[in-house]
Amino acid sequence: MATIVEATGPTLASPEIEAFLLHEARLLDERRWDEWLSMFSDDGWYWVPIEEGQADPRHTVSLMYDDRQLLETRVRRLMQGKLHTQAPPSRTSRIVANATVEKDAGAPLLVRSKFQMIEYRRNRQRHFAGTCWHALKPGGAAGYRICWKKVELADCDSMMDGLTVPF
Amino acid sequence: MATQLKPETAEDISALIQPGRVHRRVYSDPAIFDLEMARIFDRTWIYVGHESQVKAPGEFVTTRIGRRPMVMVRHADGEIRVLHNQCAHRGTMVVSTDAGHAEEFVCCYHGWTYGTDGKLIRVPLQHGYPAHFNPEDPNTAMVAASRVDSYRGFVFASLSPDGPSLTDFLGYMTTSFDDMADRAPDGEIEVAGGVFKHAFDGNWKLYLENLCDAAHPLFVHQSSIDAAVEQDDGAHTDGAGEIGVRQMRQNGAPYKFWMEQVGIWTYPNGHSFLGDYHDDEKLVAAKRDPVFADYIKAMETAKGAEETQRIMEVTRWNSNVYPNLSFMSQFRQLRVVHPVSVNRTEVYTYSFRLKGAPDKMFEDTIAFANVTNGTGSLVLTDDLETYGRIGTGLQSAGAEWIEVGRGYDSDVPGDHGGRAGRDSTSEVYIRNMYDAWLGLMTEA
Repeated sequence: MATIVEATGPTLASPEIEAFLLHEARLLDERRWDEWLSMFSDDGWYWVPIEEGQADPRHTVSLMYDDRQLLETRVRRLMQGKLHTQAPPSRTSRIVANATVEKDAGAPLLVRSKFQMIEYRRNRQRHFAGTCWHALKPGGAAGYRICWKKVELADCDSMMDGLTVPF
Repeated sequence: MATQLKPETAEDISALIQPGRVHRRVYSDPAIFDLEMARIFDRTWIYVGHESQVKAPGEFVTTRIGRRPMVMVRHADGEIRVLHNQCAHRGTMVVSTDAGHAEEFVCCYHGWTYGTDGKLIRVPLQHGYPAHFNPEDPNTAMVAASRVDSYRGFVFASLSPDGPSLTDFLGYMTTSFDDMADRAPDGEIEVAGGVFKHAFDGNWKLYLENLCDAAHPLFVHQSSIDAAVEQDDGAHTDGAGEIGVRQMRQNGAPYKFWMEQVGIWTYPNGHSFLGDYHDDEKLVAAKRDPVFADYIKAMETAKGAEETQRIMEVTRWNSNVYPNLSFMSQFRQLRVVHPVSVNRTEVYTYSFRLKGAPDKMFEDTIAFANVTNGTGSLVLTDDLETYGRIGTGLQSAGAEWIEVGRGYDSDVPGDHGGRAGRDSTSEVYIRNMYDAWLGLMTEA
């Protein structure tokens, strides 16, 4: 399989990296938020841009942009009993695929993947899809830690109801 | 359940509003919604955009008046026009992008072509139309709004040729626009940093009714307040998270604070503003935290120390301009509420850059917007959940009347022809919006 990828282009992600991505998706689906947080490095950040090709999270708004401090607060809020937006909680189902390692990225390792996610909550189902970018470095219980994660939603600039569950 | 009233007469409509309470049908009856579109949105001044979005001739943005798609465009003469986004031929939406630059607007269907003043300038196969067809007819055009005017760069349009001037309509609320614009050292503000578009299954009126509600944060936003209070400040931040966490902690100000330190003021035509509730030195420019030092210096250089101090001493939180605009100078946010149907509403949220202010202040604006006003924020999402639950709850006639009476017996006359709450938790600003609602809805 790997031979059909162009020599100068990305390579298929290793089984270890794929396992890492599937583990992350599982933690998110199972609402194991604090375990998901622990996959990030101590200065890791998480970004869901609102514009296609958005260059910068500091000069344009984002659907979500959390440095480590805010990500910790977001996760703590998700685990609050008084969180109205998750009473009842969303159930999500994620498919992660097409994982490649971008060749010229250097260190940390830059991984690109595709995802689709169904979010069901209170008689309503929403469908999200897009491209994920993970910058990974070796370490942690799962073999890697996330230096940063960017989620490019296909419908990033559409009219949306509120988003509470991270992608 | 009482027999449904027909909302056709002034008496029918007046019966829906009582002292300190409102009939639930005002939020749930499609017939009343249709009447609101005709008597409020087709009649009064509606905010359509900011001049900085259409700086040069030909620049346009699409917008809305009620449910009507409109285009705000700067014409070759330098004036801003607000046009119905609709071809005079078969009714096709002519402009299909959010923003851009155009010499002329060409309909995709048969090529009817309009100038940026909306006038029809070219019709392919024109010889085929009957004698009554007149391309010079002002209605054979992308029809222009009857009136367009602006105040300090904020552009409003009215589909009615009659009615008060924009400055008469705004009244004392002009001072809130002054507060937005005065804070720019270079004297100019501009829309920048993208737009949030979010929606909820609830009535359009719920949104402004929440934005000056000082009694809700402690309860609705408890999850983010608690999460922020418990946050370890030693965790890594690039600055954005710190602003967000500090803001969420401020939302946890106790009821005593809201009652003693913050005010609510209302004005004719449904407008109001809430006093600011911030005292965090990294969030309030007037506190002169080191990060604001350059800003204050630039302000004092441009405007003098005395004028700078006067500007910094204006401490307003959300300013609501009825029926569908809310903005706030402290973090340069502006929200426009678009009714879609009786139980569906869309909101556009914009950020502004203060020209001549340090870049860090604009970064803080973006950080604030993400955490507080964003579609995936830690704060607004709880408000959207609440609007949706109201939208569902009001489908039932279990409770016929909505209570908006808090502070009813203790409201006091305010300055400049308005009324004020004895404290900021008064619902006087909702009752004030219903005074405007009733006036517009019962006017022939």
